[in-house]
Amino acid sequence: MSSTKAASQRASRQRMAPWIFLAPAMIFFTIYVIAPIFQSMLYSFYAWDGIGVPEWIGVANYGELIEDERFYISLKNNLLWLILYMLAVPAGLFVALFLNQNIWGMRFYKSMFFFPFVISQVVVGLIFTWFYNPNYGIIGEIWQFFGATPPSILGDENLVTYGIIAAGLWPQIAYCMILYLTGLNNVSADQIEAGRLDGARGWRMLRYVILPQLWPATFLAVVVTVIGALRSFDMIAIMTQGGPWGSSNVLSYFMYETALSEYGFRMGYGSSIAVILFFIMLFFISYFLWVMYQDERRG
Amino acid sequence: MFPTPIEKRSHNRQILYKVFVPIALLIWLLPLIAIFLTSIRSAADINTGNVFGWPNEFQMVQNYIDVFRNSQASIYFLNSIKITVPTVIISVALACLAGYALAIYRFRAALPLFFIFVAGNFVPFQILMVPVRDLSVKTGLYDTVTGLVLFHAAFQTGFCTLFMRNFIKALPFDLVESARIEGVDEFKIFWFVVLPLVRPAVAALSVLIFTFVWNDFFWATVLTQGEASKPITAGVRALNGQFVSQWHLVSAASLMAAVPPVAMFFLMQRHFIAGLTLGAVK
Repeated sequence: MSSTKAASQRASRQRMAPWIFLAPAMIFFTIYVIAPIFQSMLYSFYAWDGIGVPEWIGVANYGELIEDERFYISLKNNLLWLILYMLAVPAGLFVALFLNQNIWGMRFYKSMFFFPFVISQVVVGLIFTWFYNPNYGIIGEIWQFFGATPPSILGDENLVTYGIIAAGLWPQIAYCMILYLTGLNNVSADQIEAGRLDGARGWRMLRYVILPQLWPATFLAVVVTVIGALRSFDMIAIMTQGGPWGSSNVLSYFMYETALSEYGFRMGYGSSIAVILFFIMLFFISYFLWVMYQDERRG
Repeated sequence: MFPTPIEKRSHNRQILYKVFVPIALLIWLLPLIAIFLTSIRSAADINTGNVFGWPNEFQMVQNYIDVFRNSQASIYFLNSIKITVPTVIISVALACLAGYALAIYRFRAALPLFFIFVAGNFVPFQILMVPVRDLSVKTGLYDTVTGLVLFHAAFQTGFCTLFMRNFIKALPFDLVESARIEGVDEFKIFWFVVLPLVRPAVAALSVLIFTFVWNDFFWATVLTQGEASKPITAGVRALNGQFVSQWHLVSAASLMAAVPPVAMFFLMQRHFIAGLTLGAVK
């Protein structure tokens, strides 16, 4: 009798235990991450300056957004970021393949190649702002070397977004490279040997033997690159603040600018931009989670 | 190049490769070399437009001292430490507990909860911005170091939990099972059996979170206003405005801002990379 009581006590303790372990993290996460998502959705239906009383205006913010030219410029630039930032994945693979050798000092070279990822994007943004300066920057020097007039990359509305993305690619390639280098470490030597016996060399070896084994690294590289592209904010804030004339804006900066900068404290309007950005991101997040779920069920 | 080891290639190829790798590295790091050279120039160099040529004078010590003397850089720097260290401790501690619960116990909500932590870690910051700023203003945490610590700790818990849960899941479950048969209390199992085993994961997470939080710029701009709580990333930006065209000082400050994460990376390289690539090699 008493032993069954003890057993049931232990069982109930085991049922309770996970919740006690989870509680602190759940409370923190709910307050600062989960609840704000829904609050932002709610705010997007209000006109609010952040101080006074919010006024319910229904979907008016979204109506305004649809007619706002800046929204389309930002959306277009977000798309550019998504597409061009993806270059970091093959570029990272290329660098990783290039460095995947055993020569003296290779460990040092590999970590130096990774360097750009470790420093803040604020610093990266500042460095490239100087580089792009047509009067002082290295771009100017190169153009002048060939006797041409240097372009003002950050001042030209047709070039500016490409200039910022190029700067952003620098640390992102380093990130993808390190993912691939780790992946290459685990490529099975047996399969390479088998591939070689089948006559696979060079490109065919890469395509049919190496790449399939690098799939987990590729998946992770794509995930972090998509998220990095959609989150891009620091570079734009440092390099151009969305300019010239909003031509380098993206949703994340547009939202910030609308809600918190000198353009006025339009928290409701800003929230509606954030909600759109959130749903774009959610599309990708759902896909990533779905892949993870498949993995969980298998393993 | 791959997968043929370079040793099996012709002698000339090997030499070519060994020469080309350092050259490639030099080109790759050109931006950093340039900013370093700028940071040790004299003001005269900058004014005469000698920005990329050989410096006329080396003023390394002078410039770095000037940054600290003529600006709030030391306060920014200290703020960054005050924000980053507690954040790392809190978020890793919370994630150890939560990760343990999600990995060891079999209950229905485990997987959905796990996915909420993962998903939360991916959301764009802008969807959290207005409510978090508003909450901070209302609770008096706006423009304070504590406000930033609490937010960062909460947000990073998502990633940390994902990490710890996967790590603990890969540990041999028998250890927990046999401790239970012995009648060991659940918390004691966590403390004495599991925690000693997760030390490498804790090290990996700590360096990663340190770097993420140290390099944060967005929340530093959203949740601070004055000098008293600004971390170094936001500070460098402010200095860029304050020292207009005194690039030798701005670059010195930028490099100072980069030192702690870089040092962290080189000291704990193995852990850092293990942290980033978790899941890539499973």
